[in-house]
Amino acid sequence: MGAAVETVDRTAFVEWLERVGDSALILGHRVSEWCGHSPVLEEDIALANQALDLIGQCSLWLEYAAEVEGKGQTADHLAYRRDASAFRNPLLLERPNGDFGHTLMRQFLFDAFHIKLLRALKDSADVRVAEIAAKAEKEVAYHLERSADLVVRLGDGTATSHARMAAALKALWPYTGELFADDAVDRAMAEAGIAPLPSSLRAAWEATVKLVLAEATLAMPGEVWQHGVGRTGGGKQGVHSEHLGYILAEMQFLQRAYPDATW
Amino acid sequence: MAAASVEQIWGWLSEVPDPEIPVISLTDLGIIRGVEWQGDTVVVTVTPTYSGCPATSMINLDIEAALRGRGVEKLRLERRLSPAWTSDWVTEAGREKLRAYGIAPPIDGTAADGQLAGRIARLSGSTNLTVACPRCGSTNTEKISQFGSTPCKASYRCKDCLEPFDYFKCI
Repeated sequence: MGAAVETVDRTAFVEWLERVGDSALILGHRVSEWCGHSPVLEEDIALANQALDLIGQCSLWLEYAAEVEGKGQTADHLAYRRDASAFRNPLLLERPNGDFGHTLMRQFLFDAFHIKLLRALKDSADVRVAEIAAKAEKEVAYHLERSADLVVRLGDGTATSHARMAAALKALWPYTGELFADDAVDRAMAEAGIAPLPSSLRAAWEATVKLVLAEATLAMPGEVWQHGVGRTGGGKQGVHSEHLGYILAEMQFLQRAYPDATW
Repeated sequence: MAAASVEQIWGWLSEVPDPEIPVISLTDLGIIRGVEWQGDTVVVTVTPTYSGCPATSMINLDIEAALRGRGVEKLRLERRLSPAWTSDWVTEAGREKLRAYGIAPPIDGTAADGQLAGRIARLSGSTNLTVACPRCGSTNTEKISQFGSTPCKASYRCKDCLEPFDYFKCI
């Protein structure tokens, strides 16, 4: 167990670990939906490998969440036996894949946030959190390079690819605000030195996004109304869009129908 | 039988092939982080390469099979996350074996760092480093994809001998 786990509010800590773990799980699942459907073989393999990284990271986070919770659950129980309202991923990550450009834009907007988060977590007061973050950060650096590269190539590409990337950016931007919305759980984690306040990552994220969008000849969206921010909250508080239910129906079917099945 | 020495056990582990790239061993890959006796139990500490590497569970099974086959009765495998595995730990011998097998070995110090500002000028599809073709040695190569047949590799193509090849990424 990490150092901070003895002193922090465990319920909040589990909740926070689920936010990080569920983000990797749900995005990993979404990306894996491309397997066998990508425009070219190399992209198919790249997406599948990236999904694998994310699912691997998810298992490290959820394994720790289950340990801190201390009720004898495992990472698999958390992934396969919780209902939608118990999931804590931001809404952005459960958005449907759309076209290839849309998937890449979602990936880029998250990767640029993910790397800043993991980098900050390397200094976490909780040793285990810092260890997982250090491992994941190296993988996510490759995710970010790849998604940024493709956002630039498609944005600054043909008229069609540019139009598609512009449409993806417009559709996804209203989901980025939730990534940086602080709530009581975030404040408890920041106070314990476990994690940064999400809002503190915003300026660095915007700088990365601005740089890449400029290179991609895409206009940076201005202030727009944001999903999941405000009184009702969003995915981080368990208030999800209908899309998550469809993901879980597919992802959890086997363990729901045949509990504890192994092979 | 007499208890095996720690050196002997390292020797046995150096004969266990990596399940994905069978020309190199687990010790070549640098993922065995420790071998020690704790009372009557051998404790082998293993670090994963990538978080989601599907070979991880296979590697644990292979270690167990190899050591049990040598008469080790009590065995415990421990996972160590920190310090995180780096391709810098692939041994010199391992790098030569990779090259001979057709996989370009990692070029130390070239891992992605997520610092896009320095790389943005090169984001137009050109590669940011020179990887020599493991077949003909030419440095006239190009990156096809950041991710190859496994997460630890990228896909490249040699523009001289025209063969595609894998590059073992630096991480």
